[in-house]
Amino acid sequence: MKSLDDLKKIREAAQQKVSMRGTNNGMRVLVGMATCGISAGARPVMNKFVEEIAKRSLDNVTVTPVGCIGECAIEPIVEILEGDNRTTYCKVDVEAVERIITEHIQGGKPVKDYVIGKYRL
Amino acid sequence: MNELSLHILDIVQNSIKANSTLVKIIINEDHQNDLYTISIIDNGYGMDSKTLSEVADPFFTTRTTRKVGMGVSLFKMACEMADGFFSIESEVNVGTKVCSTFKNSHIDRAPLGDIEDTISILILNDKNIDIYYEHVVNGKKFVFDTVEIKQVLDGIPFTNYDVIMWIKSNIKDGIDTIQEEE
Repeated sequence: MKSLDDLKKIREAAQQKVSMRGTNNGMRVLVGMATCGISAGARPVMNKFVEEIAKRSLDNVTVTPVGCIGECAIEPIVEILEGDNRTTYCKVDVEAVERIITEHIQGGKPVKDYVIGKYRL
Repeated sequence: MNELSLHILDIVQNSIKANSTLVKIIINEDHQNDLYTISIIDNGYGMDSKTLSEVADPFFTTRTTRKVGMGVSLFKMACEMADGFFSIESEVNVGTKVCSTFKNSHIDRAPLGDIEDTISILILNDKNIDIYYEHVVNGKKFVFDTVEIKQVLDGIPFTNYDVIMWIKSNIKDGIDTIQEEE
């Protein structure tokens, strides 16, 4: 069983590292987490984002659960915001998350296979 | 939604939208009386009696992007399918309490599923809302409380990888422990 003492050790280790956490000038990942999103599988998708981003120490990327934008049939929907740029991905699954992080968030190139234009124009 | 923890994730989104600062999720398994109860209690802005009477109607929603609102009605259905009963109480500016009781042994009582995934998403909400999770199995209790966790973390964010992993295994192990002792 994980104890609070373990958590204290984690805190101390984290405090050792100089925090380079950007405020809100980084990238934002928004995951649709309304009834439609959840039913379509948004929870494992969001979890994958959270874990991978933490694992790869992408400190200026934040992941947030959001509501529904009214396109329930093509959930799970994920939006990546960077400055004024908005990319909307739909029918995202765990494998897609891997690609979005590697190719888009880290590589700077949107993953065309999942962008919303493939389904709605 | 085939897990109760997915319904919980969905219902708590309403609490978050209602500007709550604390959401309590309490699960009580009472095997002797064959009951499984989930209570979700928030201190958000609540609802008046007119809204409250409409909320379980799938064609009622406060949102403007679509015309249906299935969250509460699906949860109610899940519970009534398992011989249970559903109640929702609310007071304006005080908060809302959603309570659903299932017949524990009923074949249609969905499993709880990955509650640790639900909670780790809920704590990443934008508004820094505190989550209190209590799980009781025949009187044995496990508690996960972000107020306590935040004190220990002292400013280290929930998005730290080791923190996420600690939270998930803390919840999972905690629930396994109270269930094992049966």
